[in-house]
Amino acid sequence: MSWILTNLWLIPVLPLLAAGISALLKRPNRSLAAGLAIGSLGASFLLSLMAFAETLGKHGPAARQFHNFDWFALGDTVVRLGWVLDPLTAAMVVMITFVGSLIFIFSVGYMSHDENFTRFFCFLSLFAAAMLGLIIANNLLLLFMCWELVGLASYLLIGFWFHKPSAAAAAKKAFITTRIGDVFFFLGIVWLYSETGTLLFYDGGRGCLEQDALSKMVAHTTIGGLAASSAIGLLLFCGAIGKSGQVPLHVWLPDAMEGPTPVSALIHAATMVAAGVFLVARVYPLMEMQQAGVSEPIPLTAVTWIGALTAIFGALVAVSQTDIKRILAYSTVSQLGYMMMGLGIGGVAVGMFHLLTHAFFKALLFLGSGSIIHGCHEEQDIRRMGGIRKFMPVTFATYAIGMMALSGVPLVFCGFWSKDEILTAAWLYQPSKIPFFLGLGGAFLTAFYMTRQMCFVFAGKYRGGHDASHDDHGHSHSHGDAHAHAHDPHESTAVMTLPLQILAACTVLLTLVSTPLWPWLPEYLVGEAAHWRPDKLFNAGTLTLLLVSAVVVGAGIGLGWWFYGLLPAEKADEPDPLEQQFPEQFAWSRGKFFVDELYAATFVKWNTRLGELCHNLDRRVLDLLVSIVGWATTGCAVLAKLFDEFVVNKLFDAGCGEVRRGAEAASELQGGQIHQYLRSIGLALVLFVFILAVGCNK
Amino acid sequence: MLAWTIYLSFAGALACLLTPRANPRATRAVALGTALAGLLCGLMGAVQFKPENGLEVITNVRWIPALGIDFSLAADGISVTLVLLTGIAALAGVLFSWNVEHRTNEFFAFFFALIGGVYGVFLSLDLFLLFVFYEIAIVPKYFLIAIWGSTRRDYAAMKLALYSFIGSGMVLIGMLAAYAVSGLASFDLQALAQHSFAPEFQRWAFPLVFVGFAILAGMWPFHTWAPTGHSAAPTAASMLLAGVVMKLGAYGCLRVAMTLFPEGLKMWQTELAALAVTGIVYGALVALVQKDFKFVIGYSSVSHMGFVLLGLATLNLVGWSGAVLQMFSHGIIAGLLFGVVGRMVYDRAHTRELDALEGMGLLKAMPFAAVTFVIAGFASMGMPGFSGFIAELQVLIGAWQAFPKLAIIAGVGIMVGVVYTLKTTAKVFFPDKTAEAELHHDHGRELDPISVQERLGAALLILCTLVIGLHPRLLLDLIVPSFQSPLFDGLRKVAGL
Repeated sequence: MSWILTNLWLIPVLPLLAAGISALLKRPNRSLAAGLAIGSLGASFLLSLMAFAETLGKHGPAARQFHNFDWFALGDTVVRLGWVLDPLTAAMVVMITFVGSLIFIFSVGYMSHDENFTRFFCFLSLFAAAMLGLIIANNLLLLFMCWELVGLASYLLIGFWFHKPSAAAAAKKAFITTRIGDVFFFLGIVWLYSETGTLLFYDGGRGCLEQDALSKMVAHTTIGGLAASSAIGLLLFCGAIGKSGQVPLHVWLPDAMEGPTPVSALIHAATMVAAGVFLVARVYPLMEMQQAGVSEPIPLTAVTWIGALTAIFGALVAVSQTDIKRILAYSTVSQLGYMMMGLGIGGVAVGMFHLLTHAFFKALLFLGSGSIIHGCHEEQDIRRMGGIRKFMPVTFATYAIGMMALSGVPLVFCGFWSKDEILTAAWLYQPSKIPFFLGLGGAFLTAFYMTRQMCFVFAGKYRGGHDASHDDHGHSHSHGDAHAHAHDPHESTAVMTLPLQILAACTVLLTLVSTPLWPWLPEYLVGEAAHWRPDKLFNAGTLTLLLVSAVVVGAGIGLGWWFYGLLPAEKADEPDPLEQQFPEQFAWSRGKFFVDELYAATFVKWNTRLGELCHNLDRRVLDLLVSIVGWATTGCAVLAKLFDEFVVNKLFDAGCGEVRRGAEAASELQGGQIHQYLRSIGLALVLFVFILAVGCNK
Repeated sequence: MLAWTIYLSFAGALACLLTPRANPRATRAVALGTALAGLLCGLMGAVQFKPENGLEVITNVRWIPALGIDFSLAADGISVTLVLLTGIAALAGVLFSWNVEHRTNEFFAFFFALIGGVYGVFLSLDLFLLFVFYEIAIVPKYFLIAIWGSTRRDYAAMKLALYSFIGSGMVLIGMLAAYAVSGLASFDLQALAQHSFAPEFQRWAFPLVFVGFAILAGMWPFHTWAPTGHSAAPTAASMLLAGVVMKLGAYGCLRVAMTLFPEGLKMWQTELAALAVTGIVYGALVALVQKDFKFVIGYSSVSHMGFVLLGLATLNLVGWSGAVLQMFSHGIIAGLLFGVVGRMVYDRAHTRELDALEGMGLLKAMPFAAVTFVIAGFASMGMPGFSGFIAELQVLIGAWQAFPKLAIIAGVGIMVGVVYTLKTTAKVFFPDKTAEAELHHDHGRELDPISVQERLGAALLILCTLVIGLHPRLLLDLIVPSFQSPLFDGLRKVAGL
């Protein structure tokens, strides 16, 4: 076994240590906290590269190595944990540590004015540790533990500015919504364990993703005619729906933008939200088990359709949003849908390929938006921006590269090729062509809304800062003019622009290994050797599809330019050109199809109602029963007392008058103070037991 | 060594009582010493204990020979686990009661009488002795609530006492019936467990004894004493009530009802599991709409104890070991939650109404309490890394094998648990801006800083739940082999193990 395999645990543990140490640091130790976080993640990056090198040149089953150890006894068996090193792991850890390091560096600039700088880096490191642990886990339980831990870190970071009520609410919403998916995930784990007796993925033939366990599960038919493997696959996918913001649990992701922008870039674009996609890829052998009598594997069909719906849904909503980060958030929702769809119809290579390229250009876009927000004095509304191209040239150039990659501009951007792989696979998908058309529609809309955003932000003239509608305190005009220059946007410092440039370069360079000519990256992900394949590119089918998707993207960009670029908005409060054309549809899109309102009116309300019902049952019914028993007992006691007084005592009194007088005299000896009684009772009781105990112990 | 936990606690109770009332510091010192000594004895006993030997008899002396009653103490891994829990809860309880000024000596005397009784129950091998200790533990509880309690304390104390005594009555009847029917003329648990009672007898004796004990474990629908009692009790008493007294009930179910009448368990298995799952979901739902901070935690206890009962009813090894681990885990976490709510918040803010707390800016006033509560909340909702996760995972795996549908419903209960925990945390510690603005007009309220004792107590409990969550073998290696002892022969046979 190679050194890196036995020490793979160092990759998550280094950031964890950094988190632990910076948790103990005092507030003023800012540079130490940042240095620790960046240093540890950088070291993890180097280790990841070693792990990556280890997987190079190995193909087929040889590409997968694992290391397991005992954790605790579960009944009469033992739970074993471990980690696995395969191309999937290696590619993900390299991507996370690399993009993560850049985002950490960016954060130094972005958070420089925040008083809780130290805590921020502590949480970031905690997140990185959990995320890396999730990737290397060779045990579903360990994966789930890290999964919950990233959820926790995400909760802490979304609510980082908890003094904003919206941030606190968004953090709570994110945690609860993802937790809904997680409960099903958890049940899936329990079921999987009950079926196979192990939660290790790979264990030399005994793991739950290996042939024995899989064929056992697929042969076992359960409720509704589902094979156990299909049912478990669906339950695990529920966890992925929650984490990866798929319809119908997508509602938390746009709200999560309340967190600081580097957090949005790292957690809610590049890594954590991709964990759901990664989970599906990790348990793919289980997902693709085909039960008898069904043409397609059931879990994968679900993955495909949920993904396709999410892809188009996210794009439809993104068209009308005005917050720069929310547009990107809905775009992330939509792109995650693409990844799911890619996994469902094209396999691990297609889905994970898009995940990796997306991580780079979406992190680039988010950091770019952070730079813009920072430069525009914390303004996030794109209607109050405009003309920023002149003020922030570096940000503009890098943002444009990210935008073109996301929109799928042909040839030199990796986003085009990874999206094209998905569309190609969708075109060849036998059961239905609908996912293909949904995906194509999504691609058109993506190009459209990104052009809209670019035009609003960078074209025209600056509409923010000193603006009539913005200036609600009624400063005098001359006063306002003096401030005009101070209010102008400014380019960010090098610590922020450098990560942007590196990410932009990667977005272009990744193209070299992603084209069908030499599809090294997608082939590597599934442990295949890549070959120079001109025939794959230059056949009629591929070329036609490339052409179709290029035309669609061109149409999206062109239409966007026609609506927003030709006549850039003059004032911030102008109605949207699209709104004037299609007011009704636009309102639906801007209202996010009112999913939040629907949930508030149904599930949230029902849950509270049920709680109140049970509460009243307790108060009214159960307590009433207790009280009735109490009253009945008291009633009997009163009767008994009456009987005593009027029947027994009458007779008794007559005979015992003398004795009673004597007793009254004796009773004066006792003080009648309750607590003294209690004391003697307690004393006697304790003494009694003590004597007994010591006596008997001999 | 383990038996000394009992004697030391009663000696400590006596010593506390004898310290002068005017000198609470002396009492506190004695109390702290007693709690530490008890925990130390428990720890040493645990280290010396060899789980593979099964049930280890500590003492066995004739007590009332005419009736076949012995003073016999014995320990297996389950007892050791719970003795450790009691030791930790007692120490934390003392630390969180540092501010009791009213009749301090009597308070700690009752406190340790209760603890001594609890230790006794966990270590008794003789059924009669177990029952005696069980009653000893119940009595001080009444006084702790009635004298040092708050909100409707008379009502709560009486309700709790009535419920407890009804439960005890049921247990007593079942116990005497078993004694008479077996014809062994012995109260020795091991002897009784090895006697096979007629199925017809078990059919009614099992539910009698099981429910009798389970009332104290907060089994639905006999749970309403728990939230009322927890809320009225002073902090240390709620910690003990949720932390160890509820475990007495669950322990009785396992140790007495299940070992004596295993056939009975098999007959009533589904009904019990259904009640347990109802408790899980119902408790969580009711916690969602409570207006009193302590009631939220009280109902969450009902919900979490449902997992213990569900685990017991699964009739398999994973479920049982999960149930025992959940007893430990819930004892620690509930203690922590009550410590924050009762001691840190209520003793300073003098209100437990969530609406009132919302406006107090508690996050700024007591950040330590906020952080502790957030950690405790995550532990309570079953976050991986904390002990509750491993315990509930085992219970659910066990339950899945026995009754998958009920396991799904229990999973939904976990989900509601997340909602009420986060909702309460947000309301108390992270309220809206408007509420904080009001605070500024109020000029804020000076709250006492969190004391060293509170910090120590909270750290102790957090450490325990984390250590067990990350390294569950520490306890599981004690618990799992226990089920191999002859005491559980009947149960294993019924379960087909």
